[in-house]
Amino acid sequence: MSSRNNLPLLAFATAALLGIAVALALLVAPEDVDQGVSQRIFYFHVPIALTAYLCFGLGAWKALRLLWVGGERRDLESYTWIHQGTIFGALTLITGSIWAKASWGVWWSWGSNQLVLFLVLFLFYCAYFMLRFSVDEGARRERICAVYALFGVALIPVSFFAIRLASDFIHPTVFTREGPQMTGTMFGTFLVCWAAITLLAYVMYRIELVGKRTDANLRELREALS
Amino acid sequence: MSSLTLYASDVVALARKDLRLELRARDTLPAMLLFVLSTLVVFHFALPTGTSADAAYGLLWIAIVFTALLGLARAWAPEREGGALDGLVLAPCDRSAIWLGKTLAVLVFLTAAELVALPAFALFFAPVDLVAVAGVVLASVGICTVGSLLAAMAAASRGREVILPLLFLPLAIPLIVGGVGAGISPQGASYLSFLALYDLVFAILAWATFEYVITE
Amino acid sequence: MSQGQYVALAYGVVLVFVLLWVVIIAAKLSRLERETGELADLARERSADG
Repeated sequence: MSSRNNLPLLAFATAALLGIAVALALLVAPEDVDQGVSQRIFYFHVPIALTAYLCFGLGAWKALRLLWVGGERRDLESYTWIHQGTIFGALTLITGSIWAKASWGVWWSWGSNQLVLFLVLFLFYCAYFMLRFSVDEGARRERICAVYALFGVALIPVSFFAIRLASDFIHPTVFTREGPQMTGTMFGTFLVCWAAITLLAYVMYRIELVGKRTDANLRELREALS
Repeated sequence: MSSLTLYASDVVALARKDLRLELRARDTLPAMLLFVLSTLVVFHFALPTGTSADAAYGLLWIAIVFTALLGLARAWAPEREGGALDGLVLAPCDRSAIWLGKTLAVLVFLTAAELVALPAFALFFAPVDLVAVAGVVLASVGICTVGSLLAAMAAASRGREVILPLLFLPLAIPLIVGGVGAGISPQGASYLSFLALYDLVFAILAWATFEYVITE
Repeated sequence: MSQGQYVALAYGVVLVFVLLWVVIIAAKLSRLERETGELADLARERSADG
């Protein structure tokens, strides 16, 4: 399957949309009455988190298709989606931590359920890469990684419940941040930022996939020629 | 014989084989028992005086999880060393039966270790109530179902023993939350139902995906 | 640090991440270019011999 030639166009659209999103988030959107300027971090932090979930979900979907239907390209696609998920997951943790420092004065709070969930997932998916690089290449590695990706996606809701349960009792100090009472402009800004970040993840995925497929093709060529 | 009874007898046969091997070789189980005991003693020295029973209870779970890891690291060793895994895969039984048999065997070992750990903990630190024990039972099921599949993955890797804890610990976090919560929270029952949910979800997932992990 | 500076830090980190990603892709691209060149040489030798 050849990648359609819309990638440059897609990348340009992403750049444009991101520019608009940043302008909206930093300049156009009204400042939040309760939280002040630091609330603007929300416009990127939440879309990044949502995008990370999406990437992990797509990675698991490709993995499921790999186990169910087969097909050579699905392993690389699943791997690349999980890679994007991990990148955006790391970004979620970092932007979340900065937001925590700005809002509550601490870089980390075990009371922030979303941050804790992402920490657990980040650990899980880092182990994915360790697993992938420690198994010899081949069909078995593809299947093992696919199974692990499926476990990851099952872990997301289970961990979410676990952390919620735990915060009720085990970690009683909870900083609450009321969901912003969003005006229309704020909500519109949020949607644009969400679209921009999602598109960014997709473009990064496509570019990385091209690189990985080319790598694989080159290796085959090298073996054929030598 | 219906296919279900055939499946069950395969599972029991596989589990029995592991138990008998261990009875003869005696290398994994004594290590687990001694390890869990030593860890509890170490905790006494590691905890400052005046530490609450709740904190000590959290450490019990660390002891259980790492003892389980010790057992899981050796779980597939008989198959690996004897080259028997290929033979098992070719055998006419369902691949998932291999996983279930192994899970049951590891569960027996872990339960034996817990039969040592819980009285020791009650003796050294704080009493353990029925809800806590139920939490231990439910979480152990989860540990063994997920752990034996991950151990099979680790057996395929070059990193072997090193990679198993990395794979296992993130998945163990919800189990630890459930287990500790069952022990120390007044709403222990909700933690027990959570553990049951974890067990159900991951047992089904492991049962369904195991054959993809071991086929070459 | 003022609140505004934290906002700048957060957005800046995102930017830096994306730029680092570009750097890594660029490095991969030059490696791929080098390898393709080597393979092209290999193919040329092959067709010269054969």
